[in-house]
Amino acid sequence: MAREIYLDNSATTRVFPETADYMRRICLEAYGNPSSMHHKGVEAEKILSEAARTLAGLLKVKPANLVFTSCGTESDNTAIIGGALAARRRGTHLVTTRIEHPAVLESMRFLEKQGFTVTYLPVDRDGIVSPESVHEAVRPDTVLVSVMHTNNEIGSLQPLAEIGRAVKDKNPAALFHTDAVQGFGKDRIFPRQLGVDLLSASGHKIHAPKGIGLLYIADKVRIQPMVLGGGQQRGLRSGTDNVAGAAAMAMSAGRLYQNFDEDIRALRAMKAVFIEEVLKIPEVRINGRTGEDSAPHIISVTVPGVRAEVLLHALEDRGVYLSAGSACASNRPHVSETLKAIGLSSDGTGSTLRVSLSVMNTEEDVREAAAAMADLIPFLRRYTRR
Amino acid sequence: MKYQSFLIKYAEIGIKGKNRHVFEEALVHQIRIALRTCGGRFAVNRTYGRMFVDCLSEYDFEEVTEKLSCVFGIWGICPVRAIDIMPIGELREAVTAFMAEEYPSGDHTFKVKTRRLNKEYPLESLEVNAELGNAVLTAMPRFTVDVHEPEIMMHVEIREKIYLYSHEIPGPGGLPCGVGGKTMLLLSGGIDSPVAGYMVAKRGVRLDAVYFNAPPYTSERALQKVKDLAARVARYTGPICLHNINFTPIQLYIYEKCPHDELTIIMRRYMMRIAEILAKKNDCLGLVTGESIGQVASQTLTALGVTNEVCTLPVFRPLIGFDKEEIVQVSKKIGTFETSILPYEDCCTIFVAKHPVTKPRAEVIRAHEKNLSEKIGDMVAEAISTDEIILIGADSEKILKRREDEA
Repeated sequence: MAREIYLDNSATTRVFPETADYMRRICLEAYGNPSSMHHKGVEAEKILSEAARTLAGLLKVKPANLVFTSCGTESDNTAIIGGALAARRRGTHLVTTRIEHPAVLESMRFLEKQGFTVTYLPVDRDGIVSPESVHEAVRPDTVLVSVMHTNNEIGSLQPLAEIGRAVKDKNPAALFHTDAVQGFGKDRIFPRQLGVDLLSASGHKIHAPKGIGLLYIADKVRIQPMVLGGGQQRGLRSGTDNVAGAAAMAMSAGRLYQNFDEDIRALRAMKAVFIEEVLKIPEVRINGRTGEDSAPHIISVTVPGVRAEVLLHALEDRGVYLSAGSACASNRPHVSETLKAIGLSSDGTGSTLRVSLSVMNTEEDVREAAAAMADLIPFLRRYTRR
Repeated sequence: MKYQSFLIKYAEIGIKGKNRHVFEEALVHQIRIALRTCGGRFAVNRTYGRMFVDCLSEYDFEEVTEKLSCVFGIWGICPVRAIDIMPIGELREAVTAFMAEEYPSGDHTFKVKTRRLNKEYPLESLEVNAELGNAVLTAMPRFTVDVHEPEIMMHVEIREKIYLYSHEIPGPGGLPCGVGGKTMLLLSGGIDSPVAGYMVAKRGVRLDAVYFNAPPYTSERALQKVKDLAARVARYTGPICLHNINFTPIQLYIYEKCPHDELTIIMRRYMMRIAEILAKKNDCLGLVTGESIGQVASQTLTALGVTNEVCTLPVFRPLIGFDKEEIVQVSKKIGTFETSILPYEDCCTIFVAKHPVTKPRAEVIRAHEKNLSEKIGDMVAEAISTDEIILIGADSEKILKRREDEA
């Protein structure tokens, strides 16, 4: 079997070994329920609040602004549905973009059924929404605006600070949410500087395990909780606290912030090498921007004349793992909304792969992956449906 | 324990003359296998020309009846209450209580049918019928008697004990597994082939299966889907030996050398050839496919003929006269439908021409196959020798032979 080259880090990441060790210790030793009155409970509670403190420090917010959830999807659902329902008497209008993750779009569709109206903003060919269009869309009855930080399919970055200003300028009461699941750990995100009221993040995209997510809620923002029960986390998210998950997320995030600038430079260098190599293959195109104004870890590649799934499986044989379009949507043949929104034809969307990097990759990984593609693509192009 | 026994009804085996005991023993064997996975202790007994599953411990009624209703050869399963021999006065109460439990609404027509095999019982069958009918009518006036077409036939069998039963859970019918030899099923991920396998297996035939895999054009999930389908069918047939053939090199070679509109038909001919070689190697007496006349271009009468001519073994096509909707109905009944409609590409659909030939001529196809003569023999041999063999049971999976082409 070929060496494993994992380039699907926007689907999920490998857990840092030291994080896995730490989790194991918590599971075996500090396994108490933070709600318990005895020592085991106090011990677990300390670990949990330490995790919140660490993450709050990285975001430059207060620990009391953070709520742990089960995943990015739950964070998005809670922020959007919970935020909209709590603000319902102020209005029933919402604004978002056409390239959001399904966790956001499905929340919007749910609210439409509850009587809300939603404006879906278009993006340009690079997958970027203009602050002017946001300014134009926000109305006096707008209760929430949701714009993602980093697009999961093409890695476009949104001008969040300008969008935040546009929202507040038009309607200071409207909440501004951002889905930062792909951006957290890849960009220094400070919600208070960006004018963001609600921010979603997820553990398993930053080398923590699946099953832990984070939601930042700014001071004075009211949310209708979605998970009801024992009143944990100030009643905002009931359910026994995921102590090991929260601690793992904090530990992995902390580790990413240690050599932040250096790591990001390395990711950008890998991205540049991969793009340079892959563009040597005839007709191959890169979607969206590729420089400092794009995510350091996501590359969207269109390979005309080859079905993305076939290339994916052929690369898999060489030990290279990546995804076709967006992994969340690729379980079934489904045309990517993002790729459609940036103007790709149906041939293009069916031939588009996503490469996503992490600090665990090396330049050698991307060189080998590009070489494997250069090797396979001419062969696969010989056999197409006629 | 609400029911102490299950009476097993088998329609067709009863008329098999001198071979009858062979079929009955096979059925007993299959029932024992089915019960092995159920919690509880059971005994399978044959007495007075009847087959009973006696429950020797507590058991889960749903589990046992579900497992039994997958055993080919069983026509019906009657849950039986067994009670000690008792005088008619007490029996009146016992039967009334049984009816009240089984049919609480009481709004039914019924008839009591007694078989008295124990001649020491003081009343004759007809007298018992009259007594018990009267007892039920007296206790529950909403019941009415209908001796010609009753909704409920209340059976009372007097032997060493008294056995009461009235309702019947349908079994799958057919003949017990294994009495009819073995066939090789061409299994794809679609709706038809698992149903075809089921139909043939229902006649007591064992199944091996062959799947034509086309990596990287098909994914690991497509193979998993085929394994899942085989596992569903194996609930009825017992473990299935699945041969996973890497068909990609042959498919690409045909693509390069033959006219594109004939690709599917030539591909199918090679699938049949490979399936036949595997069948002969594994003592199978025929091939089974899910074809139905006219369903797709490769299943027109002419195309079927052209595909068929490469085989010497008989090719069984149990769905030949079925409409798609009828096939879907069976696939829903046997629980393969939900898996079959999962959207993973199989090797037949990848390179399929937009306008494939519908009336291929054998001599033309044969002539075009000559383009393949340089390498195809070696490729077929290679495909067969590198097969992966997986034994697939209803809840288990065991690799018997690994792929050899994997470094």
